Amino acid sequence: MTNPILEKVEFDDDGFMIDPNAWTAEIGEAIAVREDLPLTDRHWVVINFARQEFEANDEAPTLRRITKTTDVDTKELYKLFPGGPAKKAAMVAGLGKPTGCI
Amino acid sequence: MAEKSNGNRKLCIITSKGSLDMAYIPLILANSARMTGIDVELFFTFWGLDVITKKKMGGLNVATVGNPSMHPWFHIPTLMGVIPGMSAAASWMMRREIGKLDFPPVPEFVQLIIDSGANVYGCKMSMDMMKLTKDDLVDEAEVLGAMEFMELSEGAQLLLV
Repeated sequence: MTNPILEKVEFDDDGFMIDPNAWTAEIGEAIAVREDLPLTDRHWVVINFARQEFEANDEAPTLRRITKTTDVDTKELYKLFPGGPAKKAAMVAGLGKPTGCI
Repeated sequence: MAEKSNGNRKLCIITSKGSLDMAYIPLILANSARMTGIDVELFFTFWGLDVITKKKMGGLNVATVGNPSMHPWFHIPTLMGVIPGMSAAASWMMRREIGKLDFPPVPEFVQLIIDSGANVYGCKMSMDMMKLTKDDLVDEAEVLGAMEFMELSEGAQLLLV
């Protein structure tokens, strides 16, 4: 069953939003539910930071930048987003599939 | 010992080189794999052990002799490469360039990969040969024989660096 919020959103074949600018927190929640990833305040620290960075630089932050700038360290980041934080955090934050190496 | 495979894609990387340039290859690949949810086992053997040896990992160098690919950092003819300090200078430059790309220095990178959930192993035979013990390696590293590594890498994708 698809969440009605997600029905109006365009995704690529891997489940990443095609237009990051169309993202809202509600959509983020709905993507997380789809991915079976219950969001906590700590997830939102990461998601909000990723959105901020994206809005400022038009680019998703690297994981290293997330762990260096927020108080979420590497171990916690991996606990928050099992199945690969680069992929999952970008997905929930409505950003494209990450292409960086770090 | 590592947990049994969870059915996930798994990457095993054997690192046999300990120069600064060669150290980054397994580290970058291991990190990328973890970032996208792939399980990683890292096996360090021969000179590769330097990458996880506490006393050495922070001071890995680039070879300036017998390395035809120094360009574009530093084009040093082999004959010049033997001059004392050349390797240190080239290594310094490479560290600076790597830092500019926001890649961490080797010790921090190894820790990052361990924190991301990758398992790190030192090759027992190479360690015996180099008179290294488990205490010489980063704290999270375990010592493994080649046969144990075979068990560990069952079904995984293998890469030799």
